[in-house]
Amino acid sequence: MKVTINGTMKELTNSSCLSDIVSQFCKQPKNIITEVNGHIITSNDWNHTSIKEGDQIELVAFVGGG
Amino acid sequence: MDSSLMIAGKQFKSRFFLGTGKFKNKKDLKDSIEASGVEIVTVALRRIDLEHHEDNIVDYIPKNVTLLTNTSGARNAQEAVRIASLAKASGHGNWVKIEVINDSKYLLPDNAETIKATEILAAEGFVVLPYMYPDLYAAQALMKAGAATIMPLGSLIGSNRGLKTREFIKILIDEIDLPVVVDAGIGAPSQAAEAMESGADAVLANTAVATAGNPALLAKAFAWAVEAGHLAYLSQLSGQKNLATPSSPLTGFLYDIPAKN
Repeated sequence: MKVTINGTMKELTNSSCLSDIVSQFCKQPKNIITEVNGHIITSNDWNHTSIKEGDQIELVAFVGGG
Repeated sequence: MDSSLMIAGKQFKSRFFLGTGKFKNKKDLKDSIEASGVEIVTVALRRIDLEHHEDNIVDYIPKNVTLLTNTSGARNAQEAVRIASLAKASGHGNWVKIEVINDSKYLLPDNAETIKATEILAAEGFVVLPYMYPDLYAAQALMKAGAATIMPLGSLIGSNRGLKTREFIKILIDEIDLPVVVDAGIGAPSQAAEAMESGADAVLANTAVATAGNPALLAKAFAWAVEAGHLAYLSQLSGQKNLATPSSPLTGFLYDIPAKN
């Protein structure tokens, strides 16, 4: 299944929910914020947010800034 | 004398805000926060690097420090609203520094888009601190839109050139009934003190501290300068004069002063 994560096309195997994607790509999931197709998904809903072909996923986190 | 700062009903002892960008390492950042006693720090939001995992900056910021997420990267109000909404979803509060910038050469804020974003986010219950060009009409519009403070720039972001906009910031201090936080371009504690002496309510610095040889030491110096400048403002400084006025009495000299012809 092909999805776009942070602007990059990724081929996923066995990933069916957002929670799997967060664990695969994020070292510390606790401060990650996610968006799927422009909708913010809070961590409570990661387990029951299914991911399908062509989804646009954003994984963002806090960084230093002024 | 009570010298605390109130923003959106929250009281702060420190009037120095620290930006967290450009630090060589996160230990320098943590040490700078601790040495200066800042209670508000700004952070940004970015896509994570899928290949290289980095430590999360939030882990280096003490829990009692208020996180103020900036909307850097936003080119219009809509993008700023999206970034603010993402930040809120993190569960780290709803304080947002609106930063809408279109121009990559001067990094000047777009006041019109900033006003739009402030209006939307304030209506949604965010505590909105907009970064702005020091323009009286824009400041009035931001106040009407529900801003919690205004954050006029002292000079260009990262320039360390100090309070180039001093006369226009002074107008905002005199006319706008919101805390005025001088942001951007403040490159030395003396410049921060100058802003505070003129009646600013707080000062934010980032580049100067983050790129100093000893960031924690400079952060502390900034905190002291901000405090000193504020105390000087409260003391009602007397104005400048063109000619000398003696500090010592002009009577009772031990020798005779020849009379003027």
